[in-house]
Amino acid sequence: MTAVAEPVTVAPQPRRFPKPPRIVLHVFLWVVSLTWLFPIAWAVFNSFRDYAYTAQNGYVSFGGFTIKNYVNAWTQGDFGLHFWNSVVITVPAVLITLFLAACMAFVLTRFTFKLNLTLLAVFLAANLLPPQALLIPVYRMFRAIPMPEFLSDSGTLLNTQLGVILVNIAFQLGFCTFVLSNYMKTIPAEIYESARVDGASVTRQFFQLTLPLCRPPLAALATLQVTWVYNEFFWATVLLQRGDKFPITSSLNNLQGQFFTDYNLLSAGSVLAMLPVLIIFFALQRQFVSGLTLGATKG
Amino acid sequence: MTAHPEVASAPTPAPPTAGAQRPTNQRVRRLSRTDLIVVSVMVAVPTLLVLVLVWFPAIASVALSFTNWNGIGPLSSVKGVGLTNYVNVTTNYPPFWPAVQHNLLWLAVMFVIATPIGMFLAVLLDKEIKFSRFYQTAIYLPVVLSLALIGFVWQLIYSRDQGLLNAVLGTTVDWYGDPRYNLWAALVATGWRHVGYVMLLYLAGLKAVDASLREAAAIDGANERQVFFRVVFPVMRPINVIVLVVTVIDSLRAFDLVWVINKGRNGLELIATLVTQNVVGEASRIGFGSAMATFMLLISSVFVVIYLTIVMREERQK
Repeated sequence: MTAVAEPVTVAPQPRRFPKPPRIVLHVFLWVVSLTWLFPIAWAVFNSFRDYAYTAQNGYVSFGGFTIKNYVNAWTQGDFGLHFWNSVVITVPAVLITLFLAACMAFVLTRFTFKLNLTLLAVFLAANLLPPQALLIPVYRMFRAIPMPEFLSDSGTLLNTQLGVILVNIAFQLGFCTFVLSNYMKTIPAEIYESARVDGASVTRQFFQLTLPLCRPPLAALATLQVTWVYNEFFWATVLLQRGDKFPITSSLNNLQGQFFTDYNLLSAGSVLAMLPVLIIFFALQRQFVSGLTLGATKG
Repeated sequence: MTAHPEVASAPTPAPPTAGAQRPTNQRVRRLSRTDLIVVSVMVAVPTLLVLVLVWFPAIASVALSFTNWNGIGPLSSVKGVGLTNYVNVTTNYPPFWPAVQHNLLWLAVMFVIATPIGMFLAVLLDKEIKFSRFYQTAIYLPVVLSLALIGFVWQLIYSRDQGLLNAVLGTTVDWYGDPRYNLWAALVATGWRHVGYVMLLYLAGLKAVDASLREAAAIDGANERQVFFRVVFPVMRPINVIVLVVTVIDSLRAFDLVWVINKGRNGLELIATLVTQNVVGEASRIGFGSAMATFMLLISSVFVVIYLTIVMREERQK
């Protein structure tokens, strides 16, 4: 019986580092994961607690649960209005960005002309420039562009949501065009050839062939873009000067003043603001992750 | 002024040889009149948007940095002043050098601490292990949050009177307010998000590494560490560069987080917040702000070029 165990001990595996037991790895990863979740969990936890209770017992305590903070945050922070503003900015910005990026990518991949690669570079680089460095001319330009009264109470493009939508589109076009053109390259040319022989115009090829085939990257990009535009802070903050026009992300800055002394209320406000992106993230995680890594890895 | 007709106008037909090289592409010349118009519009509209709202402002920022425009008079009254704005920014504007230091420290911390942590976690998670999905989700969850919101979430920890950190440590430090600590507090909050982002990028990169390469190395007797540094890491060179560029550019344009904390004052000055303060605030010093904007553009363009070189090289290979 003892002879059976012998070979194992005589032949230790050569040139192999002893592997730390799996359990160490798991303990480490659990600790990291919980640490990473903690700030969000802490905000959620305290958002459900009564201010008077935490004021008396301190925040490191348990009890005083209520949903009152959410009701108060919603009304005091005017969340209905700001959520609506976010919708008004995000939905058109994402739809137009994806449509224009698809147009651009379609032409870049389907037709050969001298500036193919240059144009792609011009688009992609635009995505990486620091927005603050472009602020002065954009700000001045928007202030100088007159707008009809019914579209803008300031009479200019500055301080309108249309202006914010336009800037968002311009900044996101590069990334989307790049990702879409990479995908469109994988569409076999024969499909287009036969369509052309059948007399399909470029418009029909684009709408009936390319766009339906590009559903996967469009879904990934849409998920990502909704998150990004919803999260966009800088342009909305500087281009919209009136608080009632701010989307959620920019309005947070005003909440800080109002909720200054009540951190439970601040927590509830933060949780409300993160709710849309968290829902998108958990519902469409695969899309989100593939979108985020599409630009970086490709293929 | 803004139009770049050679780019925005209808695409020029390619020379005959180009068509032969790329059999998948159709040459523009073969198009009907209507199709040609459609194609031109499809290129012109997005191109115009990008040129007018990104490239023209970038060039205008550089141009304005050499002028004395105060933002009030007409553009015709603008005079060139040479490098005066640059001299003023560097010698006569106290927050400028601290801001440069803060940006550099920001970059250093992201690059030396947060990026390696993200990479390390990616290597650990790029295996068939239990709960891998949970670990990954937990670590990249902060990536979906805006940095403005992250500022708020961390305020609940950093606040002097009601924050968790002081309650646990028994201190009374104003982590966001005290100039001795607030930059570090902001860096922890940013790093929290950056680690997740880097991990995500590397996980995607590691998946793309050919499994047979690793097996071959392992059969040759390489241990895990050797396999990573000698085989996996070199293969991931493009992604290393992309992570580097993302880190540099995000550090350069760091803005949202410090803006929600205190609008970038009192120890949290960054170049991006100084530019914004000089334009949006009461004192709009256009030439002055533009000089700092040009500085930002200059640094970022170096890394944009590196990024484009890598990406376009791969593009050409296809």
